[in-house]
Amino acid sequence: MTLEVVLVLAAALFSVGLYGALSQQVVVMVMMGLELMLNGVVLAAAGFWWFTAPEPSLQVLLVVVLAAMTVEMAMGFAVALLLHRTSGADMTDMAAELKQ
Amino acid sequence: MTLQSLLETPLPDLSVLPSLSVLRGVAVTALGVVAVVTGALVFRVDSMARATYLLAASFVAVGAAVVALHLDYVGVVVVLMMLMEMAVMGVFMVMLMGMNPALMPMSMVHSNRRALVAAGASFVVLTVGILLVEWPTRATAAPDGSAGSTEGGATTYSLGDALMGDHMLVMMVVSPVMLATIVAGVVLAQASGRYERLGDDLKGARR
Repeated sequence: MTLEVVLVLAAALFSVGLYGALSQQVVVMVMMGLELMLNGVVLAAAGFWWFTAPEPSLQVLLVVVLAAMTVEMAMGFAVALLLHRTSGADMTDMAAELKQ
Repeated sequence: MTLQSLLETPLPDLSVLPSLSVLRGVAVTALGVVAVVTGALVFRVDSMARATYLLAASFVAVGAAVVALHLDYVGVVVVLMMLMEMAVMGVFMVMLMGMNPALMPMSMVHSNRRALVAAGASFVVLTVGILLVEWPTRATAAPDGSAGSTEGGATTYSLGDALMGDHMLVMMVVSPVMLATIVAGVVLAQASGRYERLGDDLKGARR
């Protein structure tokens, strides 16, 4: 069991999340992808904490990542709700006003 | 325990953490694999309810892996927080999708090939980097596999001490951000605020 194993698993989680965030059309599914990417970050940070520097600073970093996840979810749901209310959109392709 | 004695309690010495036992190593690896597999299945299954549960399973696996890495507090927070988030997410899906999300098959992807290439490329780049870099090892060699100062919540203690001591700025920043999130969430999700009803100067007639 080495740091590399943990980091490769975290990279796999991050990449799966990236695929989801890029490919999914439903707003909520895009958020699932973003969450998976942050999930990988959590695993990688925990691996770093154990294998390189078991000091409180990295734990604090993990708390910050968790806070970022919370903010992302709350804001994502609020924007999804707003989109749905104003234009009946639940897909990213239906909310492309800025594209024009 | 009085406050004085609490303040005088010496900080746990985290430099004498034991090495990761074989059992914990296997557990972390297995849980990581479970997290990746369930995470990948999120985008493969054809029902949103299953996708939500699979994502929750992925988070629980990562939380358990974090606990196995002796970060008890953070791991438990990950599990508790994510289970609640996924429950909320399920409600939102039913609400926004306007269909029975457990039964309706779906495939709602765009630019699938490009997304796959981007994800594959990011994994390859990250993995190559991970394998090429000479990672530093812990300055203090792990003495043996016996239980060390991680027992009795020492890591949790040190996190709390850091948040209330050296790293209090983090706590001070995160707290207003959370408050701003609550306010912004309400503002965004509100059906119609007074500015919509009364105009920008709040003097208009009720529309």
